[in-house]
Amino acid sequence: MNEFDQLYRELILDHYKNPRNHGLLDGADAQAEGQNPLCGDEVTLSVRLGEGDVIEEVGFDGRGCAISQAATSMLTDLVKGRSAQEVATMPKEELLGELGIPLTPVRLKCAILGLGVLKLALHKAKGTPLPEEWGASAGDLVLE
Amino acid sequence: MAVTTHPKLDAHRLRADFPVFDELVNGRPVAYLDSASSTQKPRPVLDAMRDFYEHSYANVHRGVYRLAERATAGYETARGKVAALVNAPSEREVIFTRGATEGLNLVAYAWGLDNLGPGDVVVVTELEHHSSFVPWQYVAGRTGAAFRAIPIDEQGELQLEALDEIEREGTVKVVANNLVSNTLGTINPVEKLAAWAHERGAIMVVDAAQAAPHRSLDVQALGCDFLAISSHKMCGPSGAGALWGRRELLEEMSPFNLGGEMIRSVSLSETTWNELPYKFEAGTPAIAEAVGFGAAVDYISEIGLDAIERHEHELVELALARLGELPWIDLYGPPPDRRAGIVSFNVHGVHPHDVAQVLDWEGVAVRAGHHCTQPLMTKLGVAATTRASFYLYSIPEEIDRLVDGLHKAKNSLG
Repeated sequence: MNEFDQLYRELILDHYKNPRNHGLLDGADAQAEGQNPLCGDEVTLSVRLGEGDVIEEVGFDGRGCAISQAATSMLTDLVKGRSAQEVATMPKEELLGELGIPLTPVRLKCAILGLGVLKLALHKAKGTPLPEEWGASAGDLVLE
Repeated sequence: MAVTTHPKLDAHRLRADFPVFDELVNGRPVAYLDSASSTQKPRPVLDAMRDFYEHSYANVHRGVYRLAERATAGYETARGKVAALVNAPSEREVIFTRGATEGLNLVAYAWGLDNLGPGDVVVVTELEHHSSFVPWQYVAGRTGAAFRAIPIDEQGELQLEALDEIEREGTVKVVANNLVSNTLGTINPVEKLAAWAHERGAIMVVDAAQAAPHRSLDVQALGCDFLAISSHKMCGPSGAGALWGRRELLEEMSPFNLGGEMIRSVSLSETTWNELPYKFEAGTPAIAEAVGFGAAVDYISEIGLDAIERHEHELVELALARLGELPWIDLYGPPPDRRAGIVSFNVHGVHPHDVAQVLDWEGVAVRAGHHCTQPLMTKLGVAATTRASFYLYSIPEEIDRLVDGLHKAKNSLG
């Protein structure tokens, strides 16, 4: 595989061009937005929760590079049926494994933007813990 | 009919001075189209710094031994070269800084905090780099002064007619503008703005980080009061830059950084400041970097700033023509005759980050992002752009490689 095929493999291009769960939900139980100021990636995620705070529905909107938008699309498929608590402790490695491509530190921020926004949405709505490495950050997420 | 001949620079020959182009990736050197961000370094600059460290290094302005004298002479000689580059009336008006950003912060803090207050207006433009925008926004906020930006038109040029309305907001005290926009390459009418500012008793602060490396500069002809430049954008090392300021303003101003070297005398009750320029150079400066900066000034001056400007103009004309042929590219900024060697664009349906990534695999280095000009991105209605920028070592073949790479990005992602 050449470099292009490695980074923009078919699955990622498919999620980028045909994003799953696209569009925000009406009457969502949790919602947050975030951006990656370096390249201007933006993601907003909304979630409907069922019994036991299990994610029943999730929708997202955003604009940005292929990696940020495809990773968020993949994330929405991954988290359906999981509890808010499970998502709060979900390691980023799980999503990166799903992407299955090598990423430089700059592109890593694109890839995990959606996951950070989802954790923030659940934190704001349900008080689930934020990742320790974020420190005392509050409000809308900006990944520096 | 009189025929004027201009000496042309030979970019292919000059490239031999730059070790970075000796390195081949997939049989080709990097097509380095990110010189507006930072330039590559030629051997004469690298050699000057190495030679200085090996034979002339000590701290400056202190030691009585020969090595210290040589170090001080090297440092001060570099100051003289920078003064000549911008045609400063006196070397004492040239302050070494860490770069243009520090120079602009110096003015905003050391002049702004003492001279701004409620009822005053600080004027910037929508084209500013954050380094010429944020310090003034911050100091205006601290002092209660109003902060206004001159808008740009669709071609990315300043709408000076907006000044009438801005003026009605209060007493204009500062006008700050970049001579060349780092994102669009727009060449701004700084002389006009300086005259307008002075008619109102305001000072004119010029960010020349994108101008000084590419065209000849004359602070006296511009009629400005402060002008900041960076070494690393003109073949010199990073960590060095210069601020030129009008002597009477610098004399009146409070210091910026406090510490060693910037004092005349210190006692328990009082400290007095050193003379210019040392009043603004607290602490041990970047000595070898200043020497490298001086060597870089020599290097570009020997090639000739006019020749560099003409070379880049030819490249920007070519780039705009080639990119203009592609219906799936949006170009931003003014026509070539009013723009420096910078081209910002977007590929339809492909994010600039992805464009830059695909180009990297083709060995083409460009910048993708907001270029530290977020207010400008907002005005253009985009999150980011891709930017190609040229310098004295740039060649037409690199524009061919850029266009080939853009086709690949469009075909695979667009």
